[in-house]
Amino acid sequence: MAGLLSPYRVLDISDELGFLCGKILGDLGADVIKIEPPGGDPARRLGPFYGNRPDPEKSLFWFGFNNNKRGITLNLESPKGRELFIKLVAQADFLIESFTPGYLDALKIGYSELSKTNPRLVAVSITPFGQSGPYSQFKASDIEIMALSGCMSLTGDPERPPLRVTFPQSYGWTGSYAAMGALAAHYHRESTGEGQQVDVSAQACLLWAFSHAHTFWDLNRHVEKRAGSFMTGRSITGATMRVFWPCKDGYLNFIIYGGEAGRRTNQALVEWMDSQGMAPDFLKQKDWKTFDIARVTQEEIDRMEAPIGQFFQGVTKAEFFQEVVKRQMLGYPVASVKEIFADPQHAAREFWQTIEHPELQISLEYPGGFAKFSEGACRIWRRAPLIGEHNQEIYGEQLGMSPAEIARLKKQKII
Amino acid sequence: MQSLKGIKVVEFAAFAAGPAVGKHLADHGATVVHIESRVRPDGFRTHYPPYKDNIHGLNRSGLFALINNDKLDITLNLKKAPEATELAKKIVSWSDVVIENFSPGTMARLGLDYQSLKKVKPDLIMLSSSNLGQSGPHAHHAGFGSQLSSLAGFTHLTGYPDGSPQILYGPYIDYIAVAYGAVAILAALDYKRRTGRGNHIDAAQYETGLQYLAPILLDYKVNGTVAGRNANRDPYACPHGAYPCKGDDSWCALSVHSESEWKALCRVMDNPAWTADEKFSSHESRKVNEDELDRRIGEWTIDFTALQVMSKLQSAGVKAAIVNTMKDIYSDPQLAQRPQWVELEHPEIGNMHYQRPPFLLTKTPPGPSKRDPLLAEHNEYFYRDLLGLSEPEYKQLVEAEVIY
Repeated sequence: MAGLLSPYRVLDISDELGFLCGKILGDLGADVIKIEPPGGDPARRLGPFYGNRPDPEKSLFWFGFNNNKRGITLNLESPKGRELFIKLVAQADFLIESFTPGYLDALKIGYSELSKTNPRLVAVSITPFGQSGPYSQFKASDIEIMALSGCMSLTGDPERPPLRVTFPQSYGWTGSYAAMGALAAHYHRESTGEGQQVDVSAQACLLWAFSHAHTFWDLNRHVEKRAGSFMTGRSITGATMRVFWPCKDGYLNFIIYGGEAGRRTNQALVEWMDSQGMAPDFLKQKDWKTFDIARVTQEEIDRMEAPIGQFFQGVTKAEFFQEVVKRQMLGYPVASVKEIFADPQHAAREFWQTIEHPELQISLEYPGGFAKFSEGACRIWRRAPLIGEHNQEIYGEQLGMSPAEIARLKKQKII
Repeated sequence: MQSLKGIKVVEFAAFAAGPAVGKHLADHGATVVHIESRVRPDGFRTHYPPYKDNIHGLNRSGLFALINNDKLDITLNLKKAPEATELAKKIVSWSDVVIENFSPGTMARLGLDYQSLKKVKPDLIMLSSSNLGQSGPHAHHAGFGSQLSSLAGFTHLTGYPDGSPQILYGPYIDYIAVAYGAVAILAALDYKRRTGRGNHIDAAQYETGLQYLAPILLDYKVNGTVAGRNANRDPYACPHGAYPCKGDDSWCALSVHSESEWKALCRVMDNPAWTADEKFSSHESRKVNEDELDRRIGEWTIDFTALQVMSKLQSAGVKAAIVNTMKDIYSDPQLAQRPQWVELEHPEIGNMHYQRPPFLLTKTPPGPSKRDPLLAEHNEYFYRDLLGLSEPEYKQLVEAEVIY
């Protein structure tokens, strides 16, 4: 079964901020060509690495975000390289790029130039802060994007510095929301024949990572802030609820919630505690039907949390997971990658996909397609490319260049 | 013209994971109908602060407002089978796309699963967004994104190595599934236009979240490494963190990824003597002495405002950024320039900042252009004018509390 986007071609000249955008289109079957500078993309230096030794052909970061792409090398800073690039653009439906605004324009291969060659082109320009504005020329890696978007102000202990997530998150958020923009522009292009530039701001993408935290300021002039392991903003009294509870072998995520599911959960937990002789009378007698999380006070919460904390100390993560599923309670263990692989849900849904890496003589298990479609496959179709792996295939078959010509360009360090 | 003008979307959905997908489609001009009932309004209306002035009310929720702009709101009490089921099917046959995020099995119990709906709308596109997916041993386990973010590994990666995991605000992982959900619908719409065929999309929020973690999942499989939390530290950059600045709880993030960036940082700090110490002469030695390095940089940043630190370092080519607060993002000059926010008047909330897409489309400028709807606000308009019910039909359904 082919993918939904199999008729379309994508050129990807982006850095790590844009990798996932092209991969997503590739997951859906588009023909994605990753264009790297001769010698390989600088992001091949990002780890972790297969065998823990840095090697541009063994970056797991590269493997994870550049699968479903073919790979060629091309020097965009040489006139001949740009000539080839323009030929490729003429045959492409999408271009994904992440250069500092103005860089491609200076090389005469910016959107305004390329759209003359290919007016149907959807050019997805992905930068930390957008194509124009006071910060558009600023440089940023993950932590600066997390800072300026506001994310970090909500994470960390109140008395210590704001935190980011240790494994970079901004590349994921930006790439996936950029794919949404690419396809919105694509839908219009297929209706009208008119392409356009999609100006993606990573800072703006990350605004969605903290949901509605900012609306507390908009509505009530209250600033939500980092609160460590506690949840804020659920009660109008200002009460905070514990989220992370130490257990026998790590931590559990459990929150005293309201609403129908929350009340059911609280009731089920008390029954579970009672079955172990650990439910105090005041919890057993509580009328959950009238429990209102939006009005609960800190005193009430503290009183409830004390025996719950004691109970959880005797529970393992696996036991907790089993009981929440069985008792239909809200809550999950704090899982690491190890436990994620052990989750039977993924095996049952055939989520993991085994992909061969013949040059390393290994096969690796990857997270598979992001969704299941009744029509059209969404999956990993091919591993990430080696440096210049498809030069022959693409320059030869697609642009009709002779092997001698390709060899000459290679010598001139153009490809 | 907006890119999705003419597309009709119906949401049997509440909270974030379903309706936020509809919001993104509505921003590009799709007609999106949010279905609720007075028996059970959207949970964001009933028990998720903030409410305007801290006064609870069904039309006072900031979160509901944020993810339901430009939609029509109607009520339909699905408990009133069979009339409600028939009416739901009529609505579906009017639509192009259905978004639902009930716990798996619920739509089937209501007689509104994909197979049943396909009979009334053969080329229907339906997104079923759920916690863990429509199949598998845990499929029926319902949950919230704030906790699924833990099952999917995110909170294990957040905090200090020797301390508790820390919160990612709100239902973090839901909005990852939202991006993928919208992508899936847009791809399915394109496919339908070419082939005439519909699609049922089973999106597990769990599986969409794991897409962001692919490298560390591979790392465990091939190297046995279990990625953990390490505060603001990064293996490839040093210094790398948030440093205190002048003012109350004010911070600037900065990071150094190369020797030339390190030299530039030292120059901006006026090359204090300590920077010449052997301890800080290479990335490797800086990593070994990172605690001291962080302290010393913090002693420099504290004399400046976060804005000054950012400006000084950015002009020297060093990556740096203010830690914006939840107040700052409304006045951030870069977001304001796009502009990221659209202020609209809401009858109960007053002036509300609605959020534009995180990408600009110059030829098909997106909304928001209309405030979020009040509960049941469009019953008459939708059922009578768009769906074409006659006056007596409509009245009868209202009296029978099907439209309720």
